[in-house]
Amino acid sequence: MADTLQFDLVSPERKLASLAATQVQIPGMGGDLTAMPNHAPFLTTLRPGVVKVTAGSETAEYVVTGGFAEVSPTAASVLAERAVPRGEFAADMAADLLAEAERNLAEAPEEMRMSAGQRLRDVLALKSQLSL
Amino acid sequence: MPSLKDLKIRIASVKSTRKITKAMQMVAAAKLRRAQESAESARPYAERMDAVLGNLAAGVAESANAPRLLAGTGKSETHLLVVATAERGLCGGFNSSIVRLARNRVARLQAEGKTVKILTIGKKGREQLRRDLSALLVGHVDLSDVKKLGYPDAARIAHDILNRFNAGEFDVATIYFNRFQSVISQVPTERQLIPAVFEAREGGASSQYEYEPDEEAILADLLPRGVATQIFTALLENGASEQGARMSAMDNATRNAGEMIDKLTIVYNRSRQQAITSELIEIISGAEAL
Repeated sequence: MADTLQFDLVSPERKLASLAATQVQIPGMGGDLTAMPNHAPFLTTLRPGVVKVTAGSETAEYVVTGGFAEVSPTAASVLAERAVPRGEFAADMAADLLAEAERNLAEAPEEMRMSAGQRLRDVLALKSQLSL
Repeated sequence: MPSLKDLKIRIASVKSTRKITKAMQMVAAAKLRRAQESAESARPYAERMDAVLGNLAAGVAESANAPRLLAGTGKSETHLLVVATAERGLCGGFNSSIVRLARNRVARLQAEGKTVKILTIGKKGREQLRRDLSALLVGHVDLSDVKKLGYPDAARIAHDILNRFNAGEFDVATIYFNRFQSVISQVPTERQLIPAVFEAREGGASSQYEYEPDEEAILADLLPRGVATQIFTALLENGASEQGARMSAMDNATRNAGEMIDKLTIVYNRSRQQAITSELIEIISGAEAL
């Protein structure tokens, strides 16, 4: 039985990470979830949040702004619209994200208001989580 | 017969032209490498996106409440052609070949009695299409300020197109661009954006996945992203093609300039020789006459 799973983090512009991980924490739309080897095949959309990859004793964290994740027993792929290592995620990026979410909410038609509002709350939560 | 001085000036001018085309070729070669790299690094995302969407779409396609982006509006009356060209010229047949493909398509659609709208990306295509199809142009995306094409640019274009779709401005959207095959060969390509089409995959694996939220919600979230990704891929391919086309066009121009210089130099030397000979004859016949 394999004790690692192949983790890939790709953004539209480049591949950010590809490594064998022991567990991956993913900010799913319906709450955080942790993928470990032999996880059942799973597909979820992402909310803005932090992806935490553990490989042995090392952890890497990436801030993602949305996208989706695909989990299979042997691999976890996160396809993020935008992703940056947590250390590089600065306050002005968070501010941009927040402004964008607010604008979206203001422009959103009636049936989209729910999801736009949810996104704004997610962004705020992310901001406070990172204490920016 | 041009005078020696004219020839000299001419040679000098062709030489400086050759210098320029040579420099452009080298710049294009450097940019091509970069463009190819970014096209390369965008591939994993696009492929994964395609695979996941294909899987999802196969599972949802039959259901009645499939998203409109996938199922279409149920008619194909109004077509939106997204024509992606370059911002600059001097790249051989690059822009014309895309425009020609789009134009053929317009003619075919109009013959069938459909309405055609055109959205241009890049200045050159707009200039060419404006000549005879200006009535069909509904929008233009200017990328001349964009130094390095990023996903947000593509997302912006996709957002615009999706807004138009939701407003019911068109039923079918197709994007036109050049697919990069090699430095000397770029293939004008059309690809349907809306409704989304996916290559049929064998053994639909969609049932083995668990979805959160449900399949349709994910699909509704992902399809717009899929459109953006396709536009992004197309623009990257286009960028690499443009540099490739420019490189080979400038290579040709440099070679032609070289040939021209050789020819002019021969003419120059001949007329110089001739001038000397005729001067000698004059002197000799002058001496003989005495």
